[in-house]
Amino acid sequence: MASPILEVSGLGKRFGGFVALENINITVETGERLGLIGPNGSGKSTLVNCLSGTLHHDSGSIVFGGRPIDGLPAYQRTRLGLARSFQLPKPFRSLNLVDNLRIPLLYTVNARHGAHLSGAEIAERCRALLTDVGLADKALHLPRDLTQVEMRKLELARAVASAPRLLFADEAMAGLSPSEVEEILVVLFRLNEAGITIVLIEHIMRAVMSFSTRLVVLVAGQKIADGAPQEAIRNPEVERAYLGE
Amino acid sequence: MGAGKYWVVSFTVVVAFLLLTRWQIGNEYYFFAAYQVLQFIVLATAWNILGGYTGYTNFGTGAFFAVGAYTAVVLHKTTALPLPVMMLVGGIMSGIVGFGMGYLTLRLKGVFFAIATLALAIVAQTLIVNWDYVGGSRGIYVIRPQQSPIYGSYIQYLYSLMLALTWISVAIARTIERSTLGLGFNAIRDDEQAAEAAGVPTLRLKLISTTLSGALMGMSGAPLPYYVTYLDPASSFNLSYAVNSVAMPMIGGMTSWIGPVIGAVLLGTIQQLATVTISSALNLLIVGVLLIAFVIIAPNGIVGLVQSRRRARRR
Repeated sequence: MASPILEVSGLGKRFGGFVALENINITVETGERLGLIGPNGSGKSTLVNCLSGTLHHDSGSIVFGGRPIDGLPAYQRTRLGLARSFQLPKPFRSLNLVDNLRIPLLYTVNARHGAHLSGAEIAERCRALLTDVGLADKALHLPRDLTQVEMRKLELARAVASAPRLLFADEAMAGLSPSEVEEILVVLFRLNEAGITIVLIEHIMRAVMSFSTRLVVLVAGQKIADGAPQEAIRNPEVERAYLGE
Repeated sequence: MGAGKYWVVSFTVVVAFLLLTRWQIGNEYYFFAAYQVLQFIVLATAWNILGGYTGYTNFGTGAFFAVGAYTAVVLHKTTALPLPVMMLVGGIMSGIVGFGMGYLTLRLKGVFFAIATLALAIVAQTLIVNWDYVGGSRGIYVIRPQQSPIYGSYIQYLYSLMLALTWISVAIARTIERSTLGLGFNAIRDDEQAAEAAGVPTLRLKLISTTLSGALMGMSGAPLPYYVTYLDPASSFNLSYAVNSVAMPMIGGMTSWIGPVIGAVLLGTIQQLATVTISSALNLLIVGVLLIAFVIIAPNGIVGLVQSRRRARRR
């Protein structure tokens, strides 16, 4: 396998006296599908927030694509190719779906060195992205016209519009029905085949197990397991965290 | 309408309007009143760049406006610069204040930002009250030049300048609205975290927004000393500027450049009529009542009302 796309070492984050993350070491290989699980409050979202720049970590270092990104604001990390979707969809509510996608295209893709899409190319990309997630016929609707699963798809499409190399999908399936979970998984598999490394943060075990090639388990701000999915969930510490003693 | 066509058409309209009013209207009061309305169009448009597009409610309009006015006072006392240059300098000064305010307060959100802008207005007013050179709390008389630099009376000159500034402000607002910058502003308004995650440099954009908004407000304030000829802190920092510049875009509609224009023309004209026919104390009451009515009946303003009608008809 090629060199790792993301190397997190010794990452720590505290909120006042509460230690949210402690000494987290994770390496994400280029092209892999990594599942990140853990009970509620174990620090999964905090980790995603620290890695994507929404929060700033207190200790440790993050190297993305061979480049340290500690201290970079979120928008610069996105421009480097590190995208995320939000646990609760955060669409731009006053803008239609096309404009929702134009923003990452204009501000991320066009801000990259050497890339400049014309208006027509941007329109074409928006159409393609919406078609990919099955929202093409709602292109000119506002986000409030979307169902829950469509909202998740828009969230993913917007993250993907920035043409990332690594995507954090933060609970992209929470609250969806089994068939809807399947729809999102299909989208994620396709993105991965297209060359995007994906870190899936998820509670739905069936989805995580079928998607991930490797599993990282967080409990109470610490990494307690990291390995092949079947082995990771059989780890006694993981069992204890999930099922109690 | 394309951008080029809009510039040509709107410029022609403004020039035609200017010439027509200068030829046809003899009574100076109309210029006096029209100046007020135009000034409110500029204020409302400027407010809307930050408040409507970017989603940050600014209650400090009075401060930016007065910074422009007092810049003109200082320049009046120290130099013999022509008024358009004073407006430019006034704009730069209040743009700097806008930048500073943005830098200090933009980590605040929603109501906290609004309170901070209100505080800024009070701080600025206190500074001016205690600055004797510009008249302090007594206020200061500003003698207009004897002659207007262009044909007609001095009030007609002021009116012409304000008309030009109005055109510039509205053109800027419209250009922003359709640009990448405007889309970035909208993203910030809708969700700042998501905007940042989509690659929008939110802090930089917010600073552009506060600076531009403040600069335009200051430019509209710079001719004020010559307009009123007696400037004092109580009137130049008047709360009515803040209230009006919030109310006008809300009533007209905050998502489009035309909204603040409609709101300012409507409210500004009503207030002028009320001042003449009933009493000048009634102004803010009218604004308040209209604001409440619109917030309840048409929260997206007149433009929003029209848009939803159109959408309903299409379905």
